[in-house]
Amino acid sequence: MLEADNLECVRGERRLFSGLGFTLDAGELIYLQGRNGAGKTSLLRMLIGLLPPETGEIRWHGKPIRKQADEYHAALCYLGHLNAIKEELTPLENLLAAARLAGEALSEDNAIDALEQVGLAGREDLACKYLSQGQKRRVALARLVIDRRPLWILDEPFVALDVAAVDWLAGIISGHLQRGGMAVMTTHQPVAIPAGTVRELRIG
Amino acid sequence: MSNIVFSVIARDLKLAMRRQADIVSALFFFIIVVSLFPLGIGPELDLLRQLAPGVLWVAALLATMLSLPRLFADDHRDGTLEQLALSPHPLGLVVTGKVIAHWLVSGLPLALIAPVLGIQFDLSGEALLVLTGAILLGTPALSGIGAIGAALTLGLRGGGVLLSLLVLPLYIPVLIFGAGAVDATVSGLGGEGHLSLLAAMTIAAIGFAPWASAAALKIALE
Repeated sequence: MLEADNLECVRGERRLFSGLGFTLDAGELIYLQGRNGAGKTSLLRMLIGLLPPETGEIRWHGKPIRKQADEYHAALCYLGHLNAIKEELTPLENLLAAARLAGEALSEDNAIDALEQVGLAGREDLACKYLSQGQKRRVALARLVIDRRPLWILDEPFVALDVAAVDWLAGIISGHLQRGGMAVMTTHQPVAIPAGTVRELRIG
Repeated sequence: MSNIVFSVIARDLKLAMRRQADIVSALFFFIIVVSLFPLGIGPELDLLRQLAPGVLWVAALLATMLSLPRLFADDHRDGTLEQLALSPHPLGLVVTGKVIAHWLVSGLPLALIAPVLGIQFDLSGEALLVLTGAILLGTPALSGIGAIGAALTLGLRGGGVLLSLLVLPLYIPVLIFGAGAVDATVSGLGGEGHLSLLAAMTIAAIGFAPWASAAALKIALE
């Protein structure tokens, strides 16, 4: 269970939001909404523990996340607006390296399977610098296919995807919620997630 | 625990192999700077022998500086640094891996080529041996200290110049004892004391610098 309590965010001189709180239980999804610059990404960065909140606290299973950083990170999968893939490596190498750094065991066959699911069959061995924007995004999203960590925090996951891929990703997120996972995500295009409890949180 | 260090080393070495131009250019910079001195000074062997340790070490410091700005900047730009910071291991261990990988592609090649370059300065066999040993022992400290500077200047405009101003003064002890080891050997005093101090600096730098860098990186990622 993820709890946020009385969060306040100040960037530079401006207060973006204050008194923000929510709880997120198994099988729930929070859609974070707000205009550009409202502090959606800042809130996500607070939730992953990279940005300390001005006031307030974030708790994972009742314990503040800054007191259990390693355990919390082991339960957390974050997909930022940057793809976090290396241009020089192939999609397969990127996926394997990401899994190793996250401390997960991932076999090469499973990684190839995941890449096939995101529509990159036949491109596993091509350096990522030769892929298009959308394909690079798919390499990043392939992590979600194999990820079994309970908490997903996704920043604009639908950006640069075509219609078919948006449906596919909505399916992946539903599957995660059905397994009892939790997710927080921002998006400008409302996408229907067929399973789980979906709530909206508007900030700013 | 050590698994994460090896994973990071393996990843960084693989990336370095795909981008060999970076390694080769720092190495050629070292070779050319060192070779300019005998050409400029002329065949005065006594003077060259005296200058050799200092010239080689200063060139090694500058060559190490060349690759430092990219130590974290590439990972920062494409978002992998965030993912490294979110790995379920202390960030200090991740940085330790990056520092070791940096040394393997920047410091180690310098140490291997140094004896060849030392011949241009008419150094004796024994002096060449001590020179190689000193560079081998001292360059990990350069990578470690440099990582702190690279982390502190991450994301700043014109960070490269600031990085030099920040890191080069901290390199002075390594320079003094590194060049001193060769000087002491040439003058017959024996360079073991200097080499021990270099080794101590390297152990301290590899042990502490990654944790200081990790603290700086966390600030840069906010």
